[in-house]
Amino acid sequence: MTDLLEHTAAELLELLNSGQVRAVELVQACLDQIARWDGLVGAFLQVGAEAALAQAAQIDRRRQVGEPVGPLAGLPVAIKDNLCTLNVPTTCASRMLADFRPPYDATVVQRLKQADAILLGRTNMDEFAMGGSTETSAFQKTRNPWDFERIPGGSSGGSAACVAARMTPLSVGTDTGGSIRQPAALCGVVGLKPTYGRVSRYGLVAFASSLDQIGPLARTVEDAALLLEVLAGHDPKDSTSVPRPVPPYSKTVGEKLQGLRIGVVPEHYTEGLDEEVAQAVQEAVRVYRSLGATIREVHLPHSKYAVAAYYIIAPSEASSNLARYDGVHFGYRTPEQAMRAQLEAEEALLRRTGNQTALEELDTPLVRMFRQTRSEGFGAEVKRRIMLGTYALSAGYYEAYYLKALKVRRLIRQDFDQAFQEVDVILGPVTPSPAFRLGEKIDDPLAMYLFDLYTVVTNLAGICGVSIPCGFSRLGLPIGLHLQAPAFEEDRLLRAAAMFQQATDWRRRPPLEKLVARRP
Amino acid sequence: MSDTGLAYEIWIGLEVHVQLLTESKLFCGCSTRFGAPPNTQTCPVCIGMPGVLPVMNRRAVELALRAALALNCQIARLTKWDRKQYYYPDLPKGYQISQYDLPIGLDGHLEIEDPKGRFPRKQIRIQRVHLEEDAGKSMHDEKAGLADSRIDLNRAGTPLLEIVSRPDIRSPEEAKAYLEELKLLMWYLGVSDCNMQEGSLRVDANVNIQISTPDGPVATPIVEVKNMNSFRAVERAMAYEVQRQYEEYLRTGRKKGDPGVHKTTWLWDDGAEITRPMRSKEESSDYRYFPDPDLAPVVFTEEEIESARQALGELPASLRRRLQTDWGLPAYDAEVLVGQGQPFVDYFLQTAQSCGDPKLASNWMQQDVLRLLNERGITIQQYPVSAEELARLLSKVRQGGLTTSRAREVLARMVADGCSMEAAIQALGITEVDESELLALCEQLVRENPKTVAEVRQGKLKAIGALVGQAKKKNPNVDPARVQQSCLKLIQESGQ
Ligand SMILES: [Zn+2]
Repeated sequence: MTDLLEHTAAELLELLNSGQVRAVELVQACLDQIARWDGLVGAFLQVGAEAALAQAAQIDRRRQVGEPVGPLAGLPVAIKDNLCTLNVPTTCASRMLADFRPPYDATVVQRLKQADAILLGRTNMDEFAMGGSTETSAFQKTRNPWDFERIPGGSSGGSAACVAARMTPLSVGTDTGGSIRQPAALCGVVGLKPTYGRVSRYGLVAFASSLDQIGPLARTVEDAALLLEVLAGHDPKDSTSVPRPVPPYSKTVGEKLQGLRIGVVPEHYTEGLDEEVAQAVQEAVRVYRSLGATIREVHLPHSKYAVAAYYIIAPSEASSNLARYDGVHFGYRTPEQAMRAQLEAEEALLRRTGNQTALEELDTPLVRMFRQTRSEGFGAEVKRRIMLGTYALSAGYYEAYYLKALKVRRLIRQDFDQAFQEVDVILGPVTPSPAFRLGEKIDDPLAMYLFDLYTVVTNLAGICGVSIPCGFSRLGLPIGLHLQAPAFEEDRLLRAAAMFQQATDWRRRPPLEKLVARRP
Repeated sequence: MSDTGLAYEIWIGLEVHVQLLTESKLFCGCSTRFGAPPNTQTCPVCIGMPGVLPVMNRRAVELALRAALALNCQIARLTKWDRKQYYYPDLPKGYQISQYDLPIGLDGHLEIEDPKGRFPRKQIRIQRVHLEEDAGKSMHDEKAGLADSRIDLNRAGTPLLEIVSRPDIRSPEEAKAYLEELKLLMWYLGVSDCNMQEGSLRVDANVNIQISTPDGPVATPIVEVKNMNSFRAVERAMAYEVQRQYEEYLRTGRKKGDPGVHKTTWLWDDGAEITRPMRSKEESSDYRYFPDPDLAPVVFTEEEIESARQALGELPASLRRRLQTDWGLPAYDAEVLVGQGQPFVDYFLQTAQSCGDPKLASNWMQQDVLRLLNERGITIQQYPVSAEELARLLSKVRQGGLTTSRAREVLARMVADGCSMEAAIQALGITEVDESELLALCEQLVRENPKTVAEVRQGKLKAIGALVGQAKKKNPNVDPARVQQSCLKLIQESGQ
């Protein structure tokens, strides 16, 4: 059975289509792998075993009688838990939405259903996608399949870990500042952030609306192309999705790019960059040169302000997007009777002590309900970002923070526009170092934010980027290579990435058994 | 202007919200129909479910553009959507999608006039016109406990046009006239039905007064008055508030710009007929406006703006002027006719044209036609008599073929039976009385009523009425005026 799980999604699709493997077998193999390992890895918040098997059986029947099936028929796909799915809990790994069952499907979920993909389960993430280690999840930790003491990256940590650990061939993540590419790099899989507007955001529980994109995670570039082809496309329900046809990525992904011009950015190689990561990226440059690509230096002078601008823009939008979680219409509400009793006790005390000012300042029950619901429903990182964003949008600060950040964003975009006049793709590291230890940065938000420095620019510029495995550290931790291409050049991005993958051998299986043996 | 001698000028600016006449809401496909059971006209988008996205209703933007053009505004070539953020249970997203710094229309004006002549014709400047979505409706009693709060989100997401005037309104009467003219204009444009009962028009007022004191002019602190539920309420609230501010100034001397003096919000209590201050806690704070990243900016091309301008049609002010200058109607008539809407005016124009007497047509439409429309609660389009048919009847009256009172009977019959004028005349047994027939009748009356004749001869001309009455009994088709004329002549002749 392990052999079956080693196959790529493209191979599995052939096996399914030719009848050599039944969808039920494949799904069962994934479920077995989950049962065996997910207790340790913690990639899934919820696995829909029964529904997945039933859907697989139905697809097998349809194949048998020669009925047409969708392009992903029978392939298990894991979904990040911030993508709304009809009647299925969509929690965003937050207490706030622990019991939220959307009355509708996200557009990508609808597309996956129409493609006959099997929605295997929901993956863990940083709460509301805010974090880079999946440690801010209100429900559980996810461990890196290459080292259980380390983080899988985030916020799509569960989606990356489950693909790395062979629990599913494909998963869907979301990327606001690197949340697909960074965990893909740290878990040794492929993760692609499409151009802003390429994939509909309808049904993605918003973190930062102008930066969020949904994208594929897979073990090969071909598989990422296969999944992207299903996810992408214009959606009238999302005014920011762009009405452009979707190229047949999976058909062209194997075609080599002639005369590929690759840009390298000197600004990437600063002191914060880990030596081993720098070496792996340099080695990748050598590989591309050997494949006939020309390498050029390009400059992104405003990238040094990217993290600062990102941590103004994203929290500002988040503070607004998360205002709806106030306990009135949906999601968590503080227990009302206890809240009232507390409020009455406070009032009685103030009356006794005759503190008139405090009495006038005392919350109304409504305000107390808002306050307490949000205090209890959100975790620390989410609250931190709501406060950052609320501050940045406040009268008197708006110009100095939000508007200035928008200016930086425009300059970053111009940097990329200029660079892409000279090169086809820009190459660099995804992260400053391989996966860090669980708990290492959780009390140091600034260090955590700085870990995003190579990825946030892609979102700020609205272009596309992909992370592909390009080596391992001495400790055996995966290292990711970052390629970025201009807006709507996913085809070019995928083909450039596939060239590298075909020339190298970094697609490996994490040593899950050894890790268990090593555990105390 | 006041009993204690200090003159003052009133400054009122109005903020009017009108609901646009769109089938669906501003950012989703839900119906905007009034009166549906609570929360039946909602979807994930307008109740702000996690993950949903707004999609702009193009029709609402077109209507807003139309209104802004009719209000003589400068049109923004690029306008965008902003989030206005505050917490309230009837605001499910925690923000309202509105337009902050780039409204659709800027710097326009609306002309008002009073047919009764209480103030001269004048322009009220319009500061801005912008689109926004409505919130839901709270039936909220905090004291009774949260469990008793109820929220209806049918209204949430309904498109509203906010029209903000400059403080150019100088009296409560002008405020009412401004609102009536605005309502009429929106109705003509097909932008809104402005039905206040159904909440499709809401008014807030900013008011203060500029007092002439011996030490120079002094402005009282600006007060925003809310909760006025009819034009009449606006008029009364303004009158009350102006007097209140004046008295408060005499009592306290507090003025605008003093340290610690801010704009405050007061609520009109329609029952008590007074304004009451709102608790300061309920007043507005920092809305943290920022551009909504889920929506693209709206761009208007010159061609779009021009073609919208061409499509405006004739607006009430111009129509009133045309009825006065081209059709010779008094201002009052023009006001009443135009106030009934474009189709009513069209009906009038057709009738006036065909019968050749605009004033006669105007009289009949204001009295007989309008009375029936009001009685039956129907529109002019549903009126059973065509303009052509009414014009034929009025022509007959003009030519003396029918008396006014008989013509009224004829029209009533035409309305009742839906028949032609001739059929109605026949059904009523009306025939024209010729000269010899009339003369014979009058001679008989003079002969048979010597007492009346004697009274008339003694100068009691009123006594002739008795003869006219008898004539009508003998033959209902006779024209009373002609009977009177003829009898007088006979009496005079017989006396010589
Ligand atoms: Zn709706």
